[in-house]
Amino acid sequence: MTFIPLFFALPLAAAFIIPILGKIAKSIIWIFVTLVSFTLFILALYGVAVTQQFPMIVYEMGNWPPPLGIVMAFDSLSAFMVLVISILVFSGSIFSWRYMSHYTGTWKFYTLYMLITAGMMGVSITGDLFNMFVFLEIAAISSYALVAFGVDAEELEASFKYMVMGEVGGLTFLLSIALLYAKTSTLNLADMANTLQVVGQTPFFWLVLGMMLLAFSIKAAFVPFHSWLPDAHPAAPAPISSLLSGIFIKVLGMYTTARLVFNVFGLSRGNAPVFFNVLIGLGLLSIAFAGITALNQKDYKRLLGYSSVSQVGYIMLGFGIGNFYGVAGAIFYILAHALGKGLLFLTSGSVVNATGTRDITKLAGVGENMSTTAWSFRFGSMSLIGLPPLVGFFAKYFIVLGALKAGFWWLAIVAIGLSVLTLGYLLKIENNVFMKKGRTKANKAPFTMRVAMVFLVVLIVLFGVGFQQIIDFLVGPAANALLRGVEYANLVFGSVGVSF
Amino acid sequence: MIIFLSCIILFLIGLYAIVTKRNLIKIVIGFALIEYAINLLFALVGFRRGMLAPIITRVDMAHKFVDPIPQALVLTAIVIALGTTALMLTVALRIYSRYKTFDIAEIRKLKG
Repeated sequence: MTFIPLFFALPLAAAFIIPILGKIAKSIIWIFVTLVSFTLFILALYGVAVTQQFPMIVYEMGNWPPPLGIVMAFDSLSAFMVLVISILVFSGSIFSWRYMSHYTGTWKFYTLYMLITAGMMGVSITGDLFNMFVFLEIAAISSYALVAFGVDAEELEASFKYMVMGEVGGLTFLLSIALLYAKTSTLNLADMANTLQVVGQTPFFWLVLGMMLLAFSIKAAFVPFHSWLPDAHPAAPAPISSLLSGIFIKVLGMYTTARLVFNVFGLSRGNAPVFFNVLIGLGLLSIAFAGITALNQKDYKRLLGYSSVSQVGYIMLGFGIGNFYGVAGAIFYILAHALGKGLLFLTSGSVVNATGTRDITKLAGVGENMSTTAWSFRFGSMSLIGLPPLVGFFAKYFIVLGALKAGFWWLAIVAIGLSVLTLGYLLKIENNVFMKKGRTKANKAPFTMRVAMVFLVVLIVLFGVGFQQIIDFLVGPAANALLRGVEYANLVFGSVGVSF
Repeated sequence: MIIFLSCIILFLIGLYAIVTKRNLIKIVIGFALIEYAINLLFALVGFRRGMLAPIITRVDMAHKFVDPIPQALVLTAIVIALGTTALMLTVALRIYSRYKTFDIAEIRKLKG
């Protein structure tokens, strides 16, 4: 009996139980969801512990061995992604109780919440390309519905815009799967890696890779394709904004790109320098353009949305650098940005819950009563800007170190220089909302909301102070799992039937 | 080869509809076209001329079947397409009840 399928089976089962609970016992739904997400968190910690000893755990769905059957391939990178997802799902579910009390039909919200969790978990642990598409669509469709959850005019418009962009991305991914299947006659990632090594870097190979990069760029909101994100993420309820900006775009955009490029297509800076330079270019464009746009925003959540587009660029920068420090920095940045931006969106939810507006010019004086929210905002933004000893500093440090080791000293300077943009737009909120004296009346945030925010603050400080352990046990193995390249295939086939 | 290219052309027609049409319902129809194109491509990828449907009725049958996996994939893709199309039409109808129009040029509360 293995625990791997529980990561998506548990939230899927919960998603089917919640509508029944909605008919008979509405009040316990929140407790049920929080318990499920806490169980996922514990399971994810256990998964990280197990991958220390077993670099790859393969679960055969329905006992069909690979390459014929669908497999779940759980390695260090999957364990890392699952842990980050479960942290944000847990904090979001604690936060949801009081925040969602203004909405009707909250059981629908929690059903979609569990479905989006199942989708993201599935994408991170699957070892099959079409299965990845199915989980990706489960997560994506739930997110379209969650963005429109308030059914106000703006939310519906944002949801439709997001749906059009997201589906173009998803269908492009499906088309590239069809082309890949035509060439390789397999869908298993490990088997496909072996076959693609035989095919070699033909024009067809680059065509399919280009289509996949396009699809995932839309999902991850890189700059030419980012226009949906600053509409969609603010429109969603705050716990969902936190989940979408914190981890959703990274699982659907960054993780999938990294997994396919490194482990399946077998690319590294050594054999495809041009492609990795394209990744660096995409990253820099996102950081600069979205950062400058964020400086002009007046809406609290919209500013944070642009900030997400900008910060995701740093992750792509790290993957584009392509050596151990760069990739480890990118993975570390996924953790840092998930905690930091997740926390900032929760503070926005707390402020909106107390005042009913998101316009930062009308929020002066909120900081007087909401000290927990204000200090959570400060910790989150300090981490994103990169002040030691918070987790964001070490993430950025590793990316800069990677750039220096690879000989891109100009890139290191630009990456540090562009942090000024982060400082600029986050100070804008800090000055206008939390520092400025004003007459806006705001009550203290409810207890559960404060618990959710403090939970993330504690993790930001803890992961920053204990960064050596994070590197040794979490980020380092995950980076090695990517840099293993097509050795991934041998590891998957070698781990079939290994019990632990 | 021509038959594969026609799938790509159908895909591009759908993309053209999504990018240029101003009516929400026509955009959804564009998505339906793209989905047909991809499903058709999947079915063609598995097709082998002159071979049987992959249904084994006797143990000693000669192994001359078309590839059954793309057909299974098409079924899954159709179900997902059904979900997205239904959700899109629902949102389009809710937008209509708010704005009293399907024209995206007039649905502009969000800026940029």
